[in-house]
Amino acid sequence: MAEKMDLQSTEVWDGNYAAAQALRQAQVDVVAAYPITPSTPIVENYGNFVANGYVDGEFVMVESEHAAMSGCVGAAAAGGRVATATSSQGFALMVEVLYQASGMRLPIVLTVVNRALASPLNVRGDHGDMYLGRDSGWIQLDAFNAQEAYDLTLMAFKIGEDINVRLPVMVHQDGFITSHTAQNIHPLSDDEAYAFVGDYKPVDEMLDFSRPVTYGAQTEEDWHFEHKAKQHRALMDSYVVIDRVFEEFEKKTGRKYKRLETYMMEDAEVAIVALGTTVETAILAAKQLREEEGIKAGIVAPRTFRPFPFNEIREALAGLKCVAAMDRSCPMGAMGALYNEVNGALASIPADQRPLMTNFIYGLGGRDFSVKEAKRIFREQKGHADVGYITTPIQQFSGLRGPKLGFYEVKRS
Amino acid sequence: MTEIRWHSRAGQGAVTGAKGLGDVVSTTGKQVQAFALYGSAKRGAAMRAYNRIDDEPIINHEKFMLPDYVLVIDPALAFTDNITENDKPTTQYIITTHLSKDELIAQIPELQDKKERVHVVDCIQISLDTIGRAIPNAPMLGAFVKVSGMFELDYFLEAMKRVLSKFPQKIIDGNMQAITRAYNEVN
Repeated sequence: MAEKMDLQSTEVWDGNYAAAQALRQAQVDVVAAYPITPSTPIVENYGNFVANGYVDGEFVMVESEHAAMSGCVGAAAAGGRVATATSSQGFALMVEVLYQASGMRLPIVLTVVNRALASPLNVRGDHGDMYLGRDSGWIQLDAFNAQEAYDLTLMAFKIGEDINVRLPVMVHQDGFITSHTAQNIHPLSDDEAYAFVGDYKPVDEMLDFSRPVTYGAQTEEDWHFEHKAKQHRALMDSYVVIDRVFEEFEKKTGRKYKRLETYMMEDAEVAIVALGTTVETAILAAKQLREEEGIKAGIVAPRTFRPFPFNEIREALAGLKCVAAMDRSCPMGAMGALYNEVNGALASIPADQRPLMTNFIYGLGGRDFSVKEAKRIFREQKGHADVGYITTPIQQFSGLRGPKLGFYEVKRS
Repeated sequence: MTEIRWHSRAGQGAVTGAKGLGDVVSTTGKQVQAFALYGSAKRGAAMRAYNRIDDEPIINHEKFMLPDYVLVIDPALAFTDNITENDKPTTQYIITTHLSKDELIAQIPELQDKKERVHVVDCIQISLDTIGRAIPNAPMLGAFVKVSGMFELDYFLEAMKRVLSKFPQKIIDGNMQAITRAYNEVN
């Protein structure tokens, strides 16, 4: 039996340690991992827990991230609770296997510490890797701070392993800004955490020799489409289980999660839509602006990047005057993904309720996103709202040095 | 909100110091944040670590800050790094040096109008004497406790014993002596 760890009601942990503790408390059967900055400490700390007897499961060191995720697929198909961690290039190397895992409906948990993708080489946080995973068929939960990285990692097991979901789940946190920032964390005790996650109930496990099953079969045009449609439906419908798990978690801890988080939106006229730590920095900016300048600013933030909270976005943003969608990933030849998806949701509401929509590319490679800049962006949206049209290019870059860069203007007749 | 900026070289323990301080502060019921900004991520390279301390949950994730305290744990960085960057009229400086306060200030023009807010302590020598290695983070915490008045020394020492509990007794004792000596010697 694994040793239990005595935890204080308040610990000071960074996001990496918080995620590693959640993996330990879930008593994962197999972690196959290949460490990479900035998620290395998740793997390192977990290895430490294993070596010191705090984990009964296996820790498999592999030769690459492709092998790490392959090992996870094998162990999950065999019938185990499985998890790993990665970032950036490691995530990119996993991509081929990410699609395999979701197609095989294996509820693996992947803690992703978001980091920029090379080149140029950069170890700091942006959302390039998170965006790279968005069509991979995984549920993607997004933490805005270290406490949430802990909470969501525990919940990820319960969501992914649910018989009505059976999908792999990523838990994202911002590289360095969350992963290496220590803050007050309120963990559950080992017993409470494990009771919440529950025992793993394998489905179609390959180690059940009395009932042989096949994973990763080939289906050409006769069945491939039906399988993918079913998988898409499982991901679309997973919100029911996600909502239920969020509710159960709130009952246990008092900490409330929603698939679309909204802050100060009751009377908001302008809003920022964002992911990650930027959400909290923007909340601080909005509070200050409301006090200092009377600008009714609010924030809307997908907690689940996948399944995308389409309906909730429509409800939250209908009737607003101007909204800035913030993308921390370079879209390379298009508008940002968050901008496009939010606009996609808003396209189906009556035109007179549709806000003006602008797009900011920001924070690439860990470029600081300050409260001051968030306030400037809110003020600019207010400016658009006051005159009734977008007075800047629709897509702009925030925090970029050198000449201003922007794309697409609003055509006014 | 109290904001602290550490100037250090990678390997001198600024991150551990900032996290240790955060750990102790959290036991008083306050909210903390401890993070670092690495330069080229090499041992010996100049780097900065940061603390935020507040009564409310800290949701500010920007790296930018106007520090209330600047803690310099490498003697040379007082000369080569921009330690007065984004300071306030009230910013307190604690600088590790073997020089006297007057000697140090005479050599750093930026500090000349801040004389009453500059404090000096020789964290390198203290850590060599007490811990046996040049790890100036623990003595800097002792100096910070004195200058800030944030804790009673005894409370801080007890709390640090818990933070360091995974280390051998000899290391814990060395750190306790280092903190105490710096507390008494900073001026």
